Amino acid sequence: MKILVTVSEVAEADDEFEIDGLSIDDRYLTYDLNEWDDYAIEEAVQISESHDDVEVVTVTVGPERAEETIRQGLAKGADRAVRVWDDKLDDVELVDSATKARLLAGVAREEDPDLVLSGVQTADMAFGSTGVALASELGYEWGAVVNQLDLEDDVASVHRELEGGVEELTEVELPAVLTIQTGINEPRYASLRGIRQAQSKPLDVKSPADLGVELDQSVLSLTSLEEPETESDVDLFEGSADDTAEELATLLREKGVEA
Amino acid sequence: MSDVLAVTEHRRGDLRDESFELITAGRELADGSDGDLHLAVISGDVDDFADELNREGVDAIHTVDRGEEFNHDIYRQVTEQLADEIDAQYIVAPHSVNGLDYAPAVAQTLGYPLVTDIVDADAEGGLSVTRELYNGKTEADVEVDSERAFVTVRPGEWDATEGDGSATVEAFDAAIDEEQVRSTVTGFEEVGAGDVDISEAEVLVSVGRGIEEEDNLDIIFDLAEALDATVSSSRPIVDNGWLPQDRQVGQSGKKVTPEVYIAVGISGAVQHVAGMKGAETIIAINNDPSAPIYDIADYGIVDDLFDVVPALTEQFE
Repeated sequence: MKILVTVSEVAEADDEFEIDGLSIDDRYLTYDLNEWDDYAIEEAVQISESHDDVEVVTVTVGPERAEETIRQGLAKGADRAVRVWDDKLDDVELVDSATKARLLAGVAREEDPDLVLSGVQTADMAFGSTGVALASELGYEWGAVVNQLDLEDDVASVHRELEGGVEELTEVELPAVLTIQTGINEPRYASLRGIRQAQSKPLDVKSPADLGVELDQSVLSLTSLEEPETESDVDLFEGSADDTAEELATLLREKGVEA
Repeated sequence: MSDVLAVTEHRRGDLRDESFELITAGRELADGSDGDLHLAVISGDVDDFADELNREGVDAIHTVDRGEEFNHDIYRQVTEQLADEIDAQYIVAPHSVNGLDYAPAVAQTLGYPLVTDIVDADAEGGLSVTRELYNGKTEADVEVDSERAFVTVRPGEWDATEGDGSATVEAFDAAIDEEQVRSTVTGFEEVGAGDVDISEAEVLVSVGRGIEEEDNLDIIFDLAEALDATVSSSRPIVDNGWLPQDRQVGQSGKKVTPEVYIAVGISGAVQHVAGMKGAETIIAINNDPSAPIYDIADYGIVDDLFDVVPALTEQFE
């Protein structure tokens, strides 16, 4: 059995940042493994540990910088990785999910996995659409926002996390793409041994042309990027912790809070 | 080609609020392109649903009476066929867990560019939408360079449409390919029916990522005890397994409306705020002054929670 995990590197902005044109100034950005994908990797690795002959391959659409993030996935137990990039994508402000899905599908067609796990969304752009778009592109079945997964033969029994504390129980035929919600498992920290081993695991780099995918002109373009105006009319208590705690205690008593 | 197709949502016998907000958003888009607004009502008691959805601004309602609950393979096929039938310029759906379960597939098959989770839209002379980027820290205007598009709209951003309507209601004869239905919904489960019901609490001390470690939860429980309050949390605490699911406030957790909500080390992501904005008084303790929780809080202390929380507990002992 082969499991393909889509892994994204995401940009996290500092609390204080500056906007430079249509993006956040790079000085205020830190790049890291997308939180949702961390759970997807863990789920795949756990399946590989509890079943025989399972290979876990990660695929990333990202520049060379992303290799550090990709190695994190390898250190946590993925067997090998594929990275897809074209410098043309450097100039695209917002890679739409259709393009991302086509690139990922290019790799998936070569790998022919039984199961694809994808984070529900990326933390930075949060479109939440890549996994299902990929399934459609591949002609795979799918399930979005999965927080429990059991594999039996060629069916995945999943819980989909709906709103309001309700879960939907669904049987999904394989091959399938499942988008993984945070909380489905406890992602491990990479061990020192894992980190060492990751350095020698294969990380192939492919271009869209290698995959037979032609990049179209992007249909989405940013016309503005701003910090949202705060509508805050919050009343802030200032001073030492003891002073603010006392003020807050007075307020709480006025509101009728009392032990 | 100027019409809008809005795909409504229901669950376990009830239309979801998002469906009525969708009418408002869909009408706005249809006005921009001078077109009609069509609603799709798929599965469940479609006639009752159509009746309820027949509100101001809707021109036509198409019902597909097939199955009881949402199934993405059905929604996908019906949406694709309806979009084709009415030659839809724009398709809209709620940015919900189920919306995310078919919208990307439909967009991919039909070749409609997809923009999800929009909070504003302008369809006068081409489509431009507004959405957050960089984990909610920025807001961007996105121009869609295409005649057609699929957008999912964030719940709570458009008002629900109230006025009565006079739409035509017709059963749509969808050709469902059973071979393409490869998933089956077998049931539902309510999570965390524990002994604590946070939605009944009058005072909640709610804890978030800022608490850093499981052991630190002690100071939160100490405060709650001193205030005779109940402890709730934001998502990361439950994801980490530090508190059970029934303590989670937010879109995927519970909606709470206490007299007093004290958010400790919670940044205030939109999914969390959706679950607690109905609280009478909201108090935030968070050392990041730019945290979005301060946009909704009535009172706040921008300081280290590890200093403020014990000091506050002491005030009540």
